Amino acid sequence: MGEVSMLLKIAEQQAAADLQAAEEKLNEAGELAIDFSQVRRLDAKGVQALVELARKADEKAVKLVLHGVDVDVYKVLKLVKIDSRLSFAA
Amino acid sequence: MTTAKTVQERSPIPPSPDNLSAERISYLDNLVKQAKVAAAIFAQFTQQDVDCIVKAIVLTGLEHAQHLAQLAVEETKLGVMEDKVIKNMVATEFAYNYVKDKRTVGIIREFPERNLVELAEPIGVIFSLIPITNPTSTVLFKCIMAIKTRNAVIFAPHPKAGRCGAEAVRIMYEAALKHGAPEGVFSCLESNNFQDNAYLMHHTDVALIDATGGPSAVKAAYSSGKPALGVGAGNTPVYLERSADLKTAIVDIIISKTFDNGTICASEQTVVIDDAIYDQALKTFADLGAHICNESEAQLLSRTVIDPQNGCMQPMAVGQKATDIARFIGLSVKPGTKLLIAPIRGVGPEYPLSVEKLFPVLAVYRAKSVSEALKVCVDVNHRGGLGHTAVIFSRNDEVIRKFGEVINAGRIIVNSPGAIGALGGVYNDLVPTFSFGCGTGGGNSTTDNVNVYHYLNIKRLARRTQNHMWFRIPNQIYFNVNAVENVRQFPSHSTVIITNPALERNGHIDAVRRCIPPETHVHVSVIPDAEPELKVVMEGVEALRFYKADQIIALGGGSVIDAAKIMKLKYESPDADLEELAAPFLDLRKRVAQYPTEKVKQARLIAISTTSGTGSEVTPFAVLTDKERGRKITLADYSLSPDVAIVDPQFVMSMPKNLTADTGIDCLTHALEAAVSNYASPYTNANAMQAIAMAFKYLPLAYENPRDEEARSIMHNAACIAALAFANASVGVNHALAHAFGARFHVAHGRANALMLPHVIAYNAAVPAKFMPSPFQQGYEAHHKYAAIADLLGLGGKTVEEKVGNLIKAIEQLLDRLELPRSIADLGISRKDFEQAVPDLVKIAFEDPSWRSNPRMPLVNELAELFWKAYDGRSRAEIRAEARQQNA
Repeated sequence: MGEVSMLLKIAEQQAAADLQAAEEKLNEAGELAIDFSQVRRLDAKGVQALVELARKADEKAVKLVLHGVDVDVYKVLKLVKIDSRLSFAA
Repeated sequence: MTTAKTVQERSPIPPSPDNLSAERISYLDNLVKQAKVAAAIFAQFTQQDVDCIVKAIVLTGLEHAQHLAQLAVEETKLGVMEDKVIKNMVATEFAYNYVKDKRTVGIIREFPERNLVELAEPIGVIFSLIPITNPTSTVLFKCIMAIKTRNAVIFAPHPKAGRCGAEAVRIMYEAALKHGAPEGVFSCLESNNFQDNAYLMHHTDVALIDATGGPSAVKAAYSSGKPALGVGAGNTPVYLERSADLKTAIVDIIISKTFDNGTICASEQTVVIDDAIYDQALKTFADLGAHICNESEAQLLSRTVIDPQNGCMQPMAVGQKATDIARFIGLSVKPGTKLLIAPIRGVGPEYPLSVEKLFPVLAVYRAKSVSEALKVCVDVNHRGGLGHTAVIFSRNDEVIRKFGEVINAGRIIVNSPGAIGALGGVYNDLVPTFSFGCGTGGGNSTTDNVNVYHYLNIKRLARRTQNHMWFRIPNQIYFNVNAVENVRQFPSHSTVIITNPALERNGHIDAVRRCIPPETHVHVSVIPDAEPELKVVMEGVEALRFYKADQIIALGGGSVIDAAKIMKLKYESPDADLEELAAPFLDLRKRVAQYPTEKVKQARLIAISTTSGTGSEVTPFAVLTDKERGRKITLADYSLSPDVAIVDPQFVMSMPKNLTADTGIDCLTHALEAAVSNYASPYTNANAMQAIAMAFKYLPLAYENPRDEEARSIMHNAACIAALAFANASVGVNHALAHAFGARFHVAHGRANALMLPHVIAYNAAVPAKFMPSPFQQGYEAHHKYAAIADLLGLGGKTVEEKVGNLIKAIEQLLDRLELPRSIADLGISRKDFEQAVPDLVKIAFEDPSWRSNPRMPLVNELAELFWKAYDGRSRAEIRAEARQQNA
């Protein structure tokens, strides 16, 4: 596990694609910080991509930290019950 | 829409993964997972988003109404295609008409006058059972409800209606998806069995079960431990009353009972017909295409369409045409016969046709009276139809009302067809539905027509309300020397003066009489100088009646004025029940007992106080002793407040010293307690602070020099001003303690207050062990209020704590100056006697309503501690030492 911390920005219109792309960064970082501040609404593909990213991060013991998560999006993560697999920062 | 259990059996099988293959469990889990994500995504949608999808799927449902009706009839072999088209249209168009303008996202309703807002929270994943009788219309309806409320649904059609149900789901899902609904919002089990249903009903991520089906399905849903909307079976009684519009009624019944071949569970089952119109009714039925069975034909029907083993309808008859049923059982009827009508003579197991029959067979009963008819309808209602639907045809409002009272049905349809009437929105203003809640009678959670609000968690945002406050005092208050002269201005034919012996002796009565116009008849009623007794009050009322009084003058201290208040109450409203009016209450505005507003007589009450303490001349309180039952009755209502108060110091100039001290401290306690009360307002604060300032300065002067007219006058006004405050802000725990202690040990009220006062201030100024739940309290501020009083009195101190300490010290010095006992022990009460009394004292003090406005909620052990602090108080030695120190 590396000590590198990285910050990835997620765009609302392509959240799913950005999250899929983030999977590549899991090899490079001990902690992967994802900037969610631009995401105001998440679709099913976005949720699925995040679930998959969380699964792979678990496998690689990488900590996923979501920054600037809007409360409506946060509620979606609670409803699909993946919040416990993620860390959140302001 | 529900069906009989013979039609749709769904057993409540416990969830056991052993009954399902791993592949099946994975399939079911995936359905739920997909629905869970869809529901989560859906939670972000706006009202506009969902309304757009709803409209689109409604139009799609309408477009496919006929196609789906055909599929349903072909697959289930039940019902009438044309009627199923109408059902599909009602399920879409009528449902839409009801929900289109309803808010179901965010704030859905606002009640500004109540400071209440309702917000919608979606349910999540709903598992929905679909019945065989309405396999497509129910799907269409539930899809609309789910989209409107942002929920995801997994549908489980009846196994014998799987294809048409799945097709309805597919059509609606594709339309919803096309217009932006989340993927996975609807899904349908492509085949299902009891194990699938049981597994899904117990699934962690399924939030609600919506079971429209037979009793077994409903029971399984409710037994799952999940929140469920289960709706039950019916057995609709119909009362065809003699005043009914017969032609309309018969056509309505035929429409309803033959609609979709009787598969709607709200349809008519037994028609109870008044004797006077029975023959005409049956003839009209026959003229319109019904076959009226003779006795042997009725017997044949009973044996064939009802299962003799279980008493339920035979599945082979459900949803079939009347002619087909007749042909099956060998009954000869005319071609085109719409309905088979069988007379029955009772309801129960020995009358098989008295149960639910979801096919065009109708039982009829001839009733000799309204009473008999209603009883038979109740019997039918209790034979499997509790909570469901009932129908009455009548023009007699009284009979309709009575029918509504005695029948237990969620829908009582008047002068219209039961089946279509119950669906709502067509013949009446009931909420449109395809799920009839049957209440507890049907083993359901609701009697409602299930609709959007049952698919929502409704959250209520309750803002803190600003309670209305008040400041109510007598109309007129006259004060200063010779204020009694003002009595002259009040016209009266007959005045009764209530007073006590001492005042009669010292000439005060003459001072009052001189001010009463000579043409007024005056009677003086002298009552004992003690807390008024019920007997004394009732004698006074007799005097008022005898003299036909139109004016009462109460001349005396608190006891006399209190007695006069109660006499006036009983004189004006003889039926007033004092015991009921004295019932305890928490909030004056919500009290159970209401004071009478209707009066048989009216008399003006003028209160002239002769002590400077109680302030009874302006308060809405009165205390009465019921000696027979050994208790006190405390009355409180603004209607008790005197009409006129006279605060004339000439009546207090001769007060003895000890009475000056006792009543003066009572006045100060009133003001101090009103100042920190939870009911305090700027209006009461102004009076409380003024009274405190006056009492602190002038009470010792009046005590030390009883002839000091200025001090007497100011103290007399101070007592009244303090009373204006506590009449509206009430008192506090000091009074609760003093009432209990004073009554037990026969200690004057003011003196009892004095013993408690320093300890209560220290108690209220500390951080409470328990805060008083009171909407009037804006944070805890008693200590700040005491500090403000210390500032007002110029007592010094930098911090709040210092100021409160200085206030307590100043009060202690005042009590010393008034030579009041500083501990209960000083009164000669032994520690042993007091210890024995404390449990009772605490109980009585806790029951006393006075502390309800106290800023700190007293706990029982705290009351005991306060009593003990008052018992020990400060010893005489301590007081003397302190005095020496000050002198030095």
